[in-house]
Amino acid sequence: MAGKSLTDKLAILADAAKYDASCASSGGERRNSSDGKGLGSSGGSGICHAYAPDGRCISLLKILMTNFCIYDCAYCVNRVSSQIERARFTPEEVVRLTIEFYRRNYIEGLFLSSGIIKSPDDTMADMIRIVRTLREQENFRGYIHLKTIPDAAPELIDEAGKWADRLSINIELPTQKGLSKLAPEKNLKDIKGAMAGVKDRRDASRVATHRGKRRARFAPAGQSTQMIVGADGANDRTILHQSTDLYQNYKLNRVYYSGFSPIPDASRNLPLIKPPLMREHRLYQADWLLRFYGFQADEIAGQGMLDLEVDPKLAWALAHRGLFPVDVNRASREMLLRVPGFGTVSVKRILAARRHGRIRYEHLRAMGANLKNARAFIVVDGWTPRGMTDAADLRARFAPRPEQLQLI
Amino acid sequence: MERITLPAIGTARAFRDAARAQMGYGVPPEALLWSMGAADDLFAGGPPSNGGPARQARLPKGALGTINAALCHSDPARFARIYDVLWRVAGGDLRWADRSDPAMQRVLAQAKAVGRDIHKMHAFVRFQERPTDGARRLFSSWFEPDHFIVERAAPFFAKRFGDMDWVIATPSLTAQFVAEELTVFETVSRPPSGADATEDLWRTYYKSIFNPARLKVKAMQSEMPQKYWKNLPEADLIAGLIRQAETRSQQMVEAAPTEPSAQAKALARRRGGS
Repeated sequence: MAGKSLTDKLAILADAAKYDASCASSGGERRNSSDGKGLGSSGGSGICHAYAPDGRCISLLKILMTNFCIYDCAYCVNRVSSQIERARFTPEEVVRLTIEFYRRNYIEGLFLSSGIIKSPDDTMADMIRIVRTLREQENFRGYIHLKTIPDAAPELIDEAGKWADRLSINIELPTQKGLSKLAPEKNLKDIKGAMAGVKDRRDASRVATHRGKRRARFAPAGQSTQMIVGADGANDRTILHQSTDLYQNYKLNRVYYSGFSPIPDASRNLPLIKPPLMREHRLYQADWLLRFYGFQADEIAGQGMLDLEVDPKLAWALAHRGLFPVDVNRASREMLLRVPGFGTVSVKRILAARRHGRIRYEHLRAMGANLKNARAFIVVDGWTPRGMTDAADLRARFAPRPEQLQLI
Repeated sequence: MERITLPAIGTARAFRDAARAQMGYGVPPEALLWSMGAADDLFAGGPPSNGGPARQARLPKGALGTINAALCHSDPARFARIYDVLWRVAGGDLRWADRSDPAMQRVLAQAKAVGRDIHKMHAFVRFQERPTDGARRLFSSWFEPDHFIVERAAPFFAKRFGDMDWVIATPSLTAQFVAEELTVFETVSRPPSGADATEDLWRTYYKSIFNPARLKVKAMQSEMPQKYWKNLPEADLIAGLIRQAETRSQQMVEAAPTEPSAQAKALARRRGGS
């Protein structure tokens, strides 16, 4: 077999990596290279260096070390039973691509993942070798996200967290039932066990030794995971309950939702569908409400599925009109956060401005509020919604016209 | 009417000195005419004849950063507006960050626009490698920002690319980092655009990471507006990727599943699978 060129490998192994939605490069340890002895910086807000026409940001060089894989997950383009073309990077090739892309300001760093070859330990060890070379030989101080294999040995996880900014273990599907059916080699208990292991190591790394010294860093930008949406039968309520558990008990920094999307050479066990992009979008909105707006999963997805026509906050407000209109000059922060069209920033500005005087309707726009969504749900100097809050056709004012539904 | 011409390099510092002096002399906003001149223009006016009681603006933490950002905006009226806002804050007639005041709101909005412009510069500068005799590798870039942000945006690149030399030229100013020293000067020429083999690898990556089954052109354009495309090596691929997306996606859906290879079946048997 003739050897593949670097270009061929890059095309195969980037194509194989694109179903992972994570692109974050923010947070973590502050580093730079102003000493002139290394390359890179990190620790600020992440930067998206490009956008693909799928609307996804390109922040990291997102590639697989190899797309050979001994697992047979039905949703995955790289499963053993797929006939796609296979390739494997040498460690030097990954290092070279990362460094040369970085020097041209194309990327924030590397997101390295891999198919499982030989064994989980062998694969993890090979990935760690690449990352260690970047850090030790190339003095690379940019961002590194390393996909972690749940079954890898503890000492390998220790080392992964030493070199990487972020670790991630994909939960893939929200229930054991879904995994048993579609990813026979994976199970929820092992995956969550590995997440707990990462969390415990992070917690430990942030406690000073008894002599008051700082311990070695461990994955300073935390851990994230991804759930595939629409491949199994799980509803949004189940998904959001799983997310709540992951945020609260495993201290995940992010849960990504990835609408199941057509792949080349699909599995017979999992027919292809048009990717549920609107559902994915609503899940991200709901996820935001869980993390920053004080909502519980059951409040927004108690019915099982999120409303596709209107966003989850608006849907909640429409279903709880008795709590509105809210008086912008008097309401608590918690209640202001529940007003459709008010974000965390506009609520902060409202509370700050209230200390200096009364707020008028025309001030709200300058504070960043979306009044088209908010006005039916608020009372403020210069504005009252009168009957609008309870009007029977209120929902229709927000819901898209039927022909637009085809976009979903 | 007093004319104050600020230099194009060190503008923020010069504005601060001039504004502080004018407020010290009690000069009201309507008596001043602000503008930006050449790189080294310097205002050297003495006490005016039409002054009043001295004023001094006391600002909350973070306000100075906002003002420095707003001063980079391309709006010619920015200096006068910022002086007016500071004048009224100093006189107790306006609270800093009170968005119900139109001028204040405008200053904050312009600072935000500048922040976004800087962020986009950090994102969309693309370096090309240049031949050099020096020990450090040399890279150059051409970038066209909306506002006067070169001085404010350049330190980021110095911190990030500490072990290489680089030049970023824009239509007004050029930032240069040579032997770990950052300098900013008026642009003399645009760096030549040459071939860089890594650009082809990058274009391969850009094509391959795109998922044709999830076309969202608007989302891409709102984050990567077309005005930046002419200086991005990957941008001329976009039209083709969009055009073929529907067909590629359809082909994936219509393709019949294949039988697993003999190797895959053997692996499955070894692992005790079906």
